[in-house]
Amino acid sequence: MAGKVTIIVHSGDMDKVYSAFIVANGALAMGMEASLFFTFWGLQRLKKGELEKGPLSKMNMLGLGKWMVKRRMKKAGAASLERLLQDFHELGGKILACDMTMQIMGIKKEDLRDDLISDYCAVGTYIDEAKDSTITLFI
Amino acid sequence: MAEIKVDCTGETCPIPLVETRKALRKAKEGDIVEVTGTHPASKKEIPMAVKALGLELIDVQEEGGMWKIKIRK
Repeated sequence: MAGKVTIIVHSGDMDKVYSAFIVANGALAMGMEASLFFTFWGLQRLKKGELEKGPLSKMNMLGLGKWMVKRRMKKAGAASLERLLQDFHELGGKILACDMTMQIMGIKKEDLRDDLISDYCAVGTYIDEAKDSTITLFI
Repeated sequence: MAEIKVDCTGETCPIPLVETRKALRKAKEGDIVEVTGTHPASKKEIPMAVKALGLELIDVQEEGGMWKIKIRK
């Protein structure tokens, strides 16, 4: 394994979660390790049935903008977030869930897709992952 | 020694790269993975991944917007 990517997924916006997964999957595909640390609004996307539910970060227009973008993405052959998540998991990517966000927002383990989450942790784990990473991003 | 075919026609970023990696992970040493697709950037980027993975790029061909990349594990 040549290098590692660690990404803080802070945003729960659909387009930003796409960016996180695309970068992470690209890294895994090129032989790197990848860890995604989901916190705040990002963590909402790991709730059961919520992965595709994020709004568009700009011009969401009560969902109309998102609908238009999703339609264009489908036409372009873009993968769903679910597929990207499954590929990420299959290629050995690690998903970390922020436990403070869970406390603040009243999210329980059983609300989350526990089978895909490697660890429930805090900043220490992020730093531990990031200190050996060649790429680290905040999305 | 097997030849594994991966069809990524019509797929876009990052799927051709990811599907190539998935096939290479499953392949045994010496197997050939042949990826076909239409996403323009992947034609450049799959060879980058092959290099990063330390594998052998055998051939890259393109005809009418359709490319074919052969890799040996």
